[in-house]
Amino acid sequence: MQKLLLLGDEAIAQGGIDAGMSGIYAYPGTPSTEITEYVMHSKEAKALNIKASWGANEKTAMETALGMSYAGKRAMVCMKHVGLNVAADAFVNSAITGANGGLIVVAADDPSMHSSQNEQDSRFFGKFALMPILEPGNQQEAYDMVHFGFELSEKFRIPVLMRITTRLAHSRSGVARRENRPQNSLKLPENLKQFILLPANARRQYKALLANQPAFIASSESSPFNFLIDHADKRLGIIACGLAYNYLIENFENHEVPHPVLRIGQYPAPHKLIENLYDQCDSILVLEDGYPMLEELLRGLLNRGKTIKGRLDGTIPRDGELNPNIVAVALGLADTRGRDIPALVTGRPPSLCKGCPHIYSYNALNEALSEFYKGRVFSDIGCYTLGALEPFDAINSCVDMGASITMAKGAADAGLLPAVAVIGDSTFTHSGMTGLLDAVNDHSSITVVILDNATTGMTGGQDSAAVGKIEDICEALGVQKEHIRIINPLQKYHEENLAIMKEEIAFEGVSVIIPRRECIQTVTRRMREAKKLQSTEKVEA
Amino acid sequence: MKKDIILAGVGGQGILSIAATIGTAALNAGLHLKQAEVHGMSQRGGDVQSNLRISDREIASDLIPFGKADMIISVEPMESLRYLPMLSPEGWLVTNTKPYINIRNYPEMEKLMAEIQLQPRHIALDADEIARQLGSPKSANMVILGAASPFLGIDYQQLKDAISRIFSKKGEEVVKVNLDALQAGRDEAIRQKAPADNS
Repeated sequence: MQKLLLLGDEAIAQGGIDAGMSGIYAYPGTPSTEITEYVMHSKEAKALNIKASWGANEKTAMETALGMSYAGKRAMVCMKHVGLNVAADAFVNSAITGANGGLIVVAADDPSMHSSQNEQDSRFFGKFALMPILEPGNQQEAYDMVHFGFELSEKFRIPVLMRITTRLAHSRSGVARRENRPQNSLKLPENLKQFILLPANARRQYKALLANQPAFIASSESSPFNFLIDHADKRLGIIACGLAYNYLIENFENHEVPHPVLRIGQYPAPHKLIENLYDQCDSILVLEDGYPMLEELLRGLLNRGKTIKGRLDGTIPRDGELNPNIVAVALGLADTRGRDIPALVTGRPPSLCKGCPHIYSYNALNEALSEFYKGRVFSDIGCYTLGALEPFDAINSCVDMGASITMAKGAADAGLLPAVAVIGDSTFTHSGMTGLLDAVNDHSSITVVILDNATTGMTGGQDSAAVGKIEDICEALGVQKEHIRIINPLQKYHEENLAIMKEEIAFEGVSVIIPRRECIQTVTRRMREAKKLQSTEKVEA
Repeated sequence: MKKDIILAGVGGQGILSIAATIGTAALNAGLHLKQAEVHGMSQRGGDVQSNLRISDREIASDLIPFGKADMIISVEPMESLRYLPMLSPEGWLVTNTKPYINIRNYPEMEKLMAEIQLQPRHIALDADEIARQLGSPKSANMVILGAASPFLGIDYQQLKDAISRIFSKKGEEVVKVNLDALQAGRDEAIRQKAPADNS
């Protein structure tokens, strides 16, 4: 079969389709979004009746996938690294319930924070949950590891974490497919109490998980993704995890590294392979994208063994993603960096699109708040976070999904009045609703601006769970109907809009303002598709 | 054969269609390929780049090492300079001279051009103007690709075939417009200084 040119994300999706996956669940988040989108757009997946849907958030997606696993079928759940924080309760406990049908949790990390608020390393989450972890080093491996991961998951009845990073997620290369495996049929767990984590049962299940750890390690020792390559110069041994291996071999003619190399793609860490490398080399260099996880393990608290080089001793920068040059410098090779960037080259930060409804909303909000001193607008995660930049300079926080409403409440409780929250429609249903309920129950004096552009914009316009429901949700949560105000964020309604904003900001209690206008990107796309459809109809007619 | 190419521009300018064309041509020529793209937040009017690597041998890294890029192809002049640390001393800088100004402190054009001239091997052309003269302002991308074509190491016919394939769904007229744009860019590059060896 001819190779497909796929992004790392797409390779995972195609792997799922070919490995008998019955459902994929996710909340959009860069760099993980394209996995689920690929399945949604795949004709094959449709023909195979594979369920693909966006959940309200990563936790609901994780739980839905766990439910499908309970029913005996193979399921995948995908999220960005910080999404795993949201799904953490379900994720950690799923290691204790274990899986029935194969279950793969994909977490896409973003070292260097290309599109994120931190660069946390999901491998720690896998280790914390005592779960096997797969870390593909290229697109082909990403595809192959889905097949392997489902087998591993079903063999040990345990969910498997697949950790990728932005660089793999958004890089294309050729991928060879395997034969299609049929989906599992509906089959309940043999023990119908397996998924009941009542203390007495949870203790039993947890002991079983602990008892399984040596088997997980043994699987890592013999994994096709972990291997030791022997070479003569044993003054240094190198451990290279995932993509780091590519950056390493890039630096040598014919990709031949003079030192012994242990390449790791499956965890828990393969103890014997590491011991083998450690014993034969004078010092060890650890190359891993993300946090220094293996490096820390190797050094130990006292660091009394051989010299361990990596992010902790400054051989490699402590933060940011790896690249071939960082590895070259760590190996004492020449830094091949070319001409410096001329001083006249200035930054070009991302900005709101021309015609974006948020532009009007921020200008109006700034005007409505102009009589108060600055520093009272709590924002959230989405395109509208760009309100932090010039020319708006309109917001004062962006922490995690939903934090705008709750932080505004806390600040109002502290006496900062008025306090304003700005949140998008999809973020509101992701994690904002519960905070709004807190504010209503506590009679807090906050104004919540829900920027409703009817889509999950930042990640490219996926369906928003909030469409058509926002005012009903707010009312049901207890916001007074007369203080739920929908405005049309257009300059021609400015006077009316400004008056509404000022009124609600002055109101002592919870008020909600909903500027409602569709995202300019999704409108444009819709029009384009409508035009295309029209012209094909014309041709057919 | 190995070509490491940095594609540069501003989010929304469509550098990925250049990448797709080169990629299609490279695959048809039986070459290996890796292409790292930027998705997500930076796409919104920010600076974007793509690392495109083609080779007749297996490619290891998705990222081009600093100072090893054979070429920077940029659809925007200031963006062409942002990636100079990636370019090999022998590398080519092929750039559009039409600025995309969505920031307040955009540098003066004269100084910008002087920096571009400092690069020993460069081609600078107003692709927007050339495309406009051809009556297809949207195909400035293909003009830039045409200007890069003499240095790509891919047979020119392969590039033309790739364009025909990619745009075939949109009709013959669109294919022709893009092929003309490609040729116009190529002619301009050859006129400026290229060794026209059809390599």
